[in-house]
Amino acid sequence: MISGRVAIVGVGETEFSKDSGRSELQLAVAAVRAALADAGLAPTDVDGLVTFTMDSTAEIALAREVGVGELRFFSQVGYGGGAACATVQQAALAISAGTARVVVCYRALNERSGRRFGRVSRAISSAPTSSGVDNAWHYPMGLGTPAATVAMVARRYQHVFGATGEDFGRVAVAARRHAATNPRAWFFERPITLADHQASRWIAEPLRLLDCCQESDGAVAVVVAGAEQAADLRQTPAVITAAAQGSGADQYIMTSYYRDNLTGLPELGVVGRQLWQQSGLVPDDVRVAVLYDHFTPYVLMQLEELGFCPPGEARHFIADGAIELGGRLPVNPHGGQLGEAYIHGMNGIVEAVRQVRGSSVNQVAGAGPVLVTAGTGVPTSGLLLAPRGSGKVGH
Amino acid sequence: MEDTVNAAAERIRAAGAGPARPARDPVNLPMIRNWLEAIGDRNPRYEQDGLAPPAMTQVWTMRGLHPAADPTDPLSAMSAVLDQAGFTSVVATNCEQTYHRYLRDGERVEVRSRLVDVSGPKRTALGEGWFVTTDSTWYVGAEAVASMTFRVLRFRPPGSVAATPASERTAAASDVLRPVVTRDTSFFWAGTAAGELRIQRCGRCGRLRHPPGPVCRQCGADRQDHLVARGTGEVFSFVVHRHPPVPGRRLPIVVALVELTEGVRMVGEVLGADPAQVRIGAAVRVDFVRVDAELTLPAWRLLP
Repeated sequence: MISGRVAIVGVGETEFSKDSGRSELQLAVAAVRAALADAGLAPTDVDGLVTFTMDSTAEIALAREVGVGELRFFSQVGYGGGAACATVQQAALAISAGTARVVVCYRALNERSGRRFGRVSRAISSAPTSSGVDNAWHYPMGLGTPAATVAMVARRYQHVFGATGEDFGRVAVAARRHAATNPRAWFFERPITLADHQASRWIAEPLRLLDCCQESDGAVAVVVAGAEQAADLRQTPAVITAAAQGSGADQYIMTSYYRDNLTGLPELGVVGRQLWQQSGLVPDDVRVAVLYDHFTPYVLMQLEELGFCPPGEARHFIADGAIELGGRLPVNPHGGQLGEAYIHGMNGIVEAVRQVRGSSVNQVAGAGPVLVTAGTGVPTSGLLLAPRGSGKVGH
Repeated sequence: MEDTVNAAAERIRAAGAGPARPARDPVNLPMIRNWLEAIGDRNPRYEQDGLAPPAMTQVWTMRGLHPAADPTDPLSAMSAVLDQAGFTSVVATNCEQTYHRYLRDGERVEVRSRLVDVSGPKRTALGEGWFVTTDSTWYVGAEAVASMTFRVLRFRPPGSVAATPASERTAAASDVLRPVVTRDTSFFWAGTAAGELRIQRCGRCGRLRHPPGPVCRQCGADRQDHLVARGTGEVFSFVVHRHPPVPGRRLPIVVALVELTEGVRMVGEVLGADPAQVRIGAAVRVDFVRVDAELTLPAWRLLP
């Protein structure tokens, strides 16, 4: 059991931009150095590295540039943004097993100035793998962008539960309100209204432009270490109260269209049940939620899947500003990927750590645990982080 | 394709003015009378003085009702290139004429044209297309008597792969994303090529499954068969894809997740549908889009 034995002890980021002017390797190095400095550790203290299979920087390349010598643990997690929290889980598993002592998780991407994920990818479509075969039932038929694959589910969700485009829009409005007071956010000082959302152009109906997260260049790294070592380091540790991965029955990447219903995110349900079980917590205990927001409808569905409200009820849950700062459950105080930057969910982990430390620019008062999720619509992952001693860690 | 058009444009433009094309007949009173009557111009001066209306200038060098293709004419040559590239429709957008003097009964006129500009591809309300601009000058002997700047839009009519003429489909087909086909899935694609929508059926327990896979999830058998679907179903959900571009398709397109009458679901484009008319629950029938010899895609059409 991971609970309470491992912590995030350092976080680092580059600036978030639309054109970094640097290689992804350079970005990765900068973020890792910043994270180690934040933790008060040296490159030679690191003996493990974890990233996404989608990351272009291999662990060994990063180790060479940063000056990490020998590596005893290295791992890559698949399924796009679904990997985000799982990188930390992998680190925690390695540390709690005694395989490694200090593991850095990183993600660096020139997603705006380089390969843009929002476009139709011939490479993904033609991959000679089982996933390439899965894509054969969608891409050649004209369904080949993340927005379009989500739109298919969003339309069904609207049909079954009566949710509207305005319900989706409230998620974007909240994110942009939060980003407006976060100087690191791309949309700093640029809030939007629901009318702005409704006036934004269609991308893949029923999704509008402002239902889709932005595209960004940047890198994030987090340093994970054992809780005992964490106590001696520079920062307040963000203790990993729970960490989980999840894949649902009949799972596909973005196109799990062949299940009975198209109104939930069962893979996240797998994650959620583990998080509550590992931590002994319940949704009401959560102080802040950092929910992966590549597309607004999936934020609503995450609230339902994690048990913050019953299925189909998220539009009522958020109607009175519950997910905004000052609300019952502030979601994405940093502005999320809609407002701050799209670093494949890793910037959300940084925000969660800051909320635990009490150092976020949009700090939510209280000492309760912070929930983080990773990419949805794909096999995914999640974390519960808390200051030492908080939460009902048991079992 | 864009490079091909640009290269052809540069070649034709560099060749300069085409050869002079003489009028079929000299300027003559019978034709002037016909034209004045057709236009409704009652000014008696033209007939009295034996003058042709200036706006008739282009009439004298028209090629008749059934003209043969003239590869030496720059506009014809450029149009042929665009036609090949799938821009089969045409609309004139600008015509500015300048008349230097009246033409007189009995004069023999000839015209020379040159390609000035080809710009595109542009996204227009009519569809994606190229603007082709030519300059023409009419001469009597060595004297220029009139000139014209003429611009047309050659465009690709909107519609999907299947809704487009065969000449165009080739251009688009090369861009369509191709499925990865394996031993587990080749039966499906052989079916579409033969005009059959095939659903995998377990060779032991008979369970239907789409997308297919090598092992039955119900009984574990690895012996797979298929049946030919009736080809009917209902829209379970759908997307109107407007942005960003999808290779081989002109947007918007409607893509539906269809629940087949047999119970499995399948994704396909809804062809020829007004996006506003598509509804969850709408009845659809399968259609097949032959991209080329190797690939036929299943698609859907709304039933009335």
